[in-house]
Amino acid sequence: MSEHAPGAAAHEHASVRTYVRVALILTLVTAFEVGVIYIRLLTPIVVPLLLAMSAAKFALVAMFFMHLRYDARPLTAVFVGPLVIATGLAVTLMTLTGAFLVFGR
Amino acid sequence: MTHAAATHHTSLGLDNRKMAFWAFIGSECLLFTSLISTYLVYKGRSVVGPYPHEILNIPFTSVSTFDLLMSSLMMVLALAAVQRGDMKWGKIWLFSTALLGLVFLGGQVIEFTEFVHKGLTLSTNLFGCTFFVLTGTHGAHVAVGVLWLLTLWVRALQGKLGPANAMTVEITGLYWHFVDVVWIVIFTVVYLIP
Amino acid sequence: MSDARGLKSWLTTTDHKRIGLLYFWTALGFFLVGGIEALVIRVQLAQPNGQVVSAETYNQLFTMHGTTMIFLALMPLGASFFNYMVPLQIGARDVAFPRLNGFSYWVFLFGGLLLNASWFAGPLFHAGMLNVAPNGGWFGYANLTERQYSPGPNIDFWMLGLQILGISSLAAGFNFIVTILNLRAPGMKMMRLPVFTWMTLVTQFLIITAFPVITVGLALLMFDRFFGTHFYVREAGATPILWQHLFWLFGHPEVYILILPAMGVVSDVLPTFSRKPLFGYTVVVYSGVLIGLMSWGVWSHHMFAVGLGPIADSVFAGTTMLIAIPTGVKIFNWIGTLWGGDIRGTTALHFAVGFIAMFIIGGLSGVTHASPPADLQQTDTYYVVAHIHYVFFGGTILGLFAGIYYWWPKMTGRLLNESLGKWHFWLQFVGMNLAFFPMHLIGLLGMPRRVYTYSPELGVGALNLVSTIGAFLIALAVLIFLVNLWRSRTHGQPAPNDPWGGATLEWSVSSPPPVYNFSVIPTVTSRLPRWSTERHGPMQDPPAVPPGPIHVPGGSWWPLVAALGLPVMALSLLSHTLWVVFVGVALLIGGIYRWAFEPFEV
Repeated sequence: MSEHAPGAAAHEHASVRTYVRVALILTLVTAFEVGVIYIRLLTPIVVPLLLAMSAAKFALVAMFFMHLRYDARPLTAVFVGPLVIATGLAVTLMTLTGAFLVFGR
Repeated sequence: MTHAAATHHTSLGLDNRKMAFWAFIGSECLLFTSLISTYLVYKGRSVVGPYPHEILNIPFTSVSTFDLLMSSLMMVLALAAVQRGDMKWGKIWLFSTALLGLVFLGGQVIEFTEFVHKGLTLSTNLFGCTFFVLTGTHGAHVAVGVLWLLTLWVRALQGKLGPANAMTVEITGLYWHFVDVVWIVIFTVVYLIP
Repeated sequence: MSDARGLKSWLTTTDHKRIGLLYFWTALGFFLVGGIEALVIRVQLAQPNGQVVSAETYNQLFTMHGTTMIFLALMPLGASFFNYMVPLQIGARDVAFPRLNGFSYWVFLFGGLLLNASWFAGPLFHAGMLNVAPNGGWFGYANLTERQYSPGPNIDFWMLGLQILGISSLAAGFNFIVTILNLRAPGMKMMRLPVFTWMTLVTQFLIITAFPVITVGLALLMFDRFFGTHFYVREAGATPILWQHLFWLFGHPEVYILILPAMGVVSDVLPTFSRKPLFGYTVVVYSGVLIGLMSWGVWSHHMFAVGLGPIADSVFAGTTMLIAIPTGVKIFNWIGTLWGGDIRGTTALHFAVGFIAMFIIGGLSGVTHASPPADLQQTDTYYVVAHIHYVFFGGTILGLFAGIYYWWPKMTGRLLNESLGKWHFWLQFVGMNLAFFPMHLIGLLGMPRRVYTYSPELGVGALNLVSTIGAFLIALAVLIFLVNLWRSRTHGQPAPNDPWGGATLEWSVSSPPPVYNFSVIPTVTSRLPRWSTERHGPMQDPPAVPPGPIHVPGGSWWPLVAALGLPVMALSLLSHTLWVVFVGVALLIGGIYRWAFEPFEV
């Protein structure tokens, strides 16, 4: 059995129900995301709202579909490290070139 | 995929290929972030049109997004099936994932063709450059994923895929979900954020 | 080492030791090529109004010198040690993915050949020889590199060569990260790893995070040059500054990729020849990790003259000064290791100590660069050339030579001649200081870099001549080194398992090691397994004969075949012929499929 390396504790798996639930949540959040851009009232905060929602979707897929929630820490570290660098890169680059989303142009 | 001996001791108790693949995904984060940053840095700086709000079809792309999300679900169901030895459903879900991937690619082709007809090409303006290179790179990744999935599906048809080498399906899944996750970011940043 | 002989066994090898040797010889070859390019540059600059080469040729020379030295000599020399030594140091039989390892080497070789083919490819592009080699500097600033200002294939060779080399480095990066994290012998905890392996690990993380950024930068350039995009074109609303950001986001971690392995070597060499453990092992490891992390925060110090604004400049000045701290800390640790030790003045130790001294000088000029107002005077002058050569040559190269003299016996079973070694060291040490120290002054006196000649009125003729003499002294030193290498094959003293009294696992096996490395995988109980300390006696070396049969994976053609796909794809772009790309893709994908499905047990 390849995915249980000797010595590792048998790790949990999400059930099929959990997967379907996550898929449902993802669909709902996507619907919200699309809906939100049409709601005038929310325009001033639409950018942080969208970023937060897509971050949530990202996290759900990573933790459940990609199994990180149930996997050993080093795997999360190997992924999150570069992710943090990547986020820093994006934010810094936008700041340095005056392209900041939040403040518009 | 070859059946590497899982009998080797590993210091962290983790499968080598899985760890390598997460490192690869980390690396790809930097790749896509550089492309996305380029898009963001150049957002709003096109000197001529067509401009995003004139061309992007949000309802259409929302369906594409939903399609990709569902394909991730199918992928995860495929893995669960293979892990418990249910190769009948394993094959069905694997093929379905690939199919939805193809649908997504079809959607991209339709979208790109529309845009070209409306006057947006790679060389029209900065929006054209950044949009096509970013989504094109993503699309190329999806295409590779579809090829990978179909290869697995064929292996399953040949009876060469089963719970013993479920790790290969798991890693395929990691790739596929990552491609989905990148699209989540692209959809938000390119299509939704005004 | 594998007993199999013949070309086929080398072309299909998956043995990390053979791959390490392949990297070594190839890197050495490219080092000589880069060195010759340097010598021609120095002859041209030996006097004002030099007539030895034209400006166009000169541009190719300094571009290729930089590109070759960084990507084809220094990085692969480091890689040769990662390959040969890391599995031995961690107590493993090979790396995690032996065929991927082979793939990395072949891709490197093909990338290097493609890049250097440009010297001869002129006639294929209706130009003379020595005409179409890359000529935009190793850093290829846009928009000089746009098709409009660089119409020929020069920049295409550069861009494609670097993309290919990037793939080689990335593949190796994934391989070594998994190897070091997952294949350690029982008891080999992370904080018991030799510092060389630790620095290798940090280097690989830098590689897998930094290379994708340059991949994107180069890809955008490719789109601009071939497909009509405007990523770096001002008229379209874009900015060439984006190139600089993307390049230096890669470029700064790259220089740490170049120095950390050398620091690792020195951290292993000094204790061996002081017969004393490394002073402050934990601090040295943590500062290495810190340097790696912080290297992501300083890139715009290469852009102080671009006009990013006072806030950006100040922030990057701050981060750059901060990164000097963990670097400086290591220096104290190295000195602390030597202090009070039982010093044996081998050639390896000479190079290690030379590294410390020269790297300090390079670091000091680096710190002066950290101040934007000072840097505005220094940037684009020979002062920077002095800095980079003190850190690259005085740092990386001296450090890697320490590694060569240290590990050559292990890799070949022969000791290098110590007498020749000392001659090599001293000539090289004097030569490099003669060559590069005057450049500090030359730069401050106003000579810009990347110029093919200068006028006598500048008053730097004499200093330039001194520098050229130094360069030729280096060449003489390298010649002596080559003689030493050659003679060691027949005249070198046969090396025992452990010629130096080393503390780490590679010294517990024969020189060269058996193909399976360890007849019995050792169980490690300390940081210095082969030494006797207050806390423990020395380990038992693995028996000369294994207790039972040990499976060793065979070779495979597919890494080579798949690797070949990449330059073929590049050729398609270079020749502007579409169908060739399909051949390349077929080789790559076909190679990968055969690789994936062939029976292969690690």
